[in-house]
Amino acid sequence: MNNVSLFLSRSTSIWSRNIRVWAKLAGPSLMGNFGEPFLYLLVLGYGLGQFVGQVEGLTYMAFLASGVLCTSAVNSASFEGMYSAYTRMDVQQTWIGMLSTPVGIGEVVFGEILWAATKSLISVTAILIVATGLGLVADLWALLILPVAFLTGLCFASLALLVTSSAKSYDFFLYYTTLFITPMVLLSGVFFPIDTLPMGVQWLARSLPLYHAISLVRPLMTGGDLSYVIPHLSVLLIYGLTAGLWATSRIKKRLIK
Amino acid sequence: MNNSIKMNATNSPNLIVNSENLTKKYGNVSVVDKLNLSIEEGCFCGILGPNGAGKTTTLRMFVGLCPIDEGQLTLFGQTMPDNASVVRESVGIVPQMDNLDPDFTVEENLSVYGRFFGLSSFILKNRIPELLEFSSLQDKANSKISELSGGMKRRLTLARALINKPKLLILDEPTTGLDPQARQAIWQKLRELKKQGLTLILTTHYMEEAERLCDRVIVMDHGEIKADAPPKQLIRKEIEPHVLEVHAAEDELLTRIKQDTSVARFEKSGDIHFFYGEKLAQALDMLEQSSHDDYLFRPANLEDVFIKLTGRDLRE
Repeated sequence: MNNVSLFLSRSTSIWSRNIRVWAKLAGPSLMGNFGEPFLYLLVLGYGLGQFVGQVEGLTYMAFLASGVLCTSAVNSASFEGMYSAYTRMDVQQTWIGMLSTPVGIGEVVFGEILWAATKSLISVTAILIVATGLGLVADLWALLILPVAFLTGLCFASLALLVTSSAKSYDFFLYYTTLFITPMVLLSGVFFPIDTLPMGVQWLARSLPLYHAISLVRPLMTGGDLSYVIPHLSVLLIYGLTAGLWATSRIKKRLIK
Repeated sequence: MNNSIKMNATNSPNLIVNSENLTKKYGNVSVVDKLNLSIEEGCFCGILGPNGAGKTTTLRMFVGLCPIDEGQLTLFGQTMPDNASVVRESVGIVPQMDNLDPDFTVEENLSVYGRFFGLSSFILKNRIPELLEFSSLQDKANSKISELSGGMKRRLTLARALINKPKLLILDEPTTGLDPQARQAIWQKLRELKKQGLTLILTTHYMEEAERLCDRVIVMDHGEIKADAPPKQLIRKEIEPHVLEVHAAEDELLTRIKQDTSVARFEKSGDIHFFYGEKLAQALDMLEQSSHDDYLFRPANLEDVFIKLTGRDLRE
């Protein structure tokens, strides 16, 4: 086996360890994946939609659906990359166990990123099914949402692992969610279009990855025009790659000492 | 010429571990200080030392889990840490702290771990029952980790470390915290493995463990090797054959005991006096005649050697 396929097969063994754990509790987990977005879309979309009317030519529920979908990709990957990964790194010493085999740090980190992105994919798939059921999906092009959501998952999993690499306890993650994730979700066009915001805030939103995920997902879901595909994808990719490499080197310093 | 001989020695397939001036520093403190050590195939090697002596750090360097600051290290003739991944394919590790996967059953722990070595499910299907039998956990295959006793967890950790059929097994305090039955069960497994030709390196705080199991004992302190020999030889070489422990005795009696010319040296620790010597016959006579009966006369053991080499001070 050459180096690349060896790296991938070892990362996959980390990924498959995690999916085996998930499979044991898949029932309640999937219920959450389907139930929450269903409630959000129905209640917010219906209730708020009465007041809001149309947004960018869409019903509010349809506008909201793509935002909720992207937020869910962000949250799934972030939670997995912070709380669950920290448990395996520190509390359960699972990673040290893995590192006692031929598996290396890079493979552990990449395996974890793949898994966290898979969690995003699972939750996004559930939302897409719910949204289709509610008649919010325009056509089959919406299937392209899945790879975009996976990439979004990869990006936010990498960022989360970077945060985890410095964490001393679970409480540390509140800094990241409160100071970064929550403001980003509020400003990136999940609930309303960002062009209602002051110019400076708009540029702030554009500098963060979630806005770019939404810019791709919304037209794919509602049949709108896709534009700036390469720039949007690039932002997600660059954030993810940088954070992933940085996280790997920090975790290496933390564990191999 | 000299160089080529040395090269051969380093690359000899019989040398499992070979280190030259191996050093690890934290800040200015060398936790492992210019360690020169070779371990041959088939050896059961015990590393003893007080807390902070550098035992665990040394073992972590052996498998690439701790960076090397200075010196050279090879395992199976492969340079470390560059070849850590390849080396770990042939090493089994039983860590000090249990890190079994609490999300899985006993059997799943073995199969998931086997996957990290790239073992196919076909191979694992045969090997897992063998390992469950070896570790006497057949009945526990489907138990959760939280349902296992301390001894069972350790046996499972041992079984897990054997999943890849290692050539070298590294055990960091494998019996710490176990009851005597559980400890002896582990000892028996380790002896079986030694018989099968496996090379074993073990750290322990239990001197009788090292004395019974190991054919070579290395005493470490402050990152250096203080002694290195088979346990019986170490006792013969480093210390007098007998020890007389006198507990809470009057000064007057102690002074008289010290007059026994066969007392080679004595030490005081709290209210216990240790007299070391060949026969100590006179001293024993004196004790028998006195009314003081709180004493113990015994052959010297590895613990006496350990204390002599590393001192009586508490280590934190």
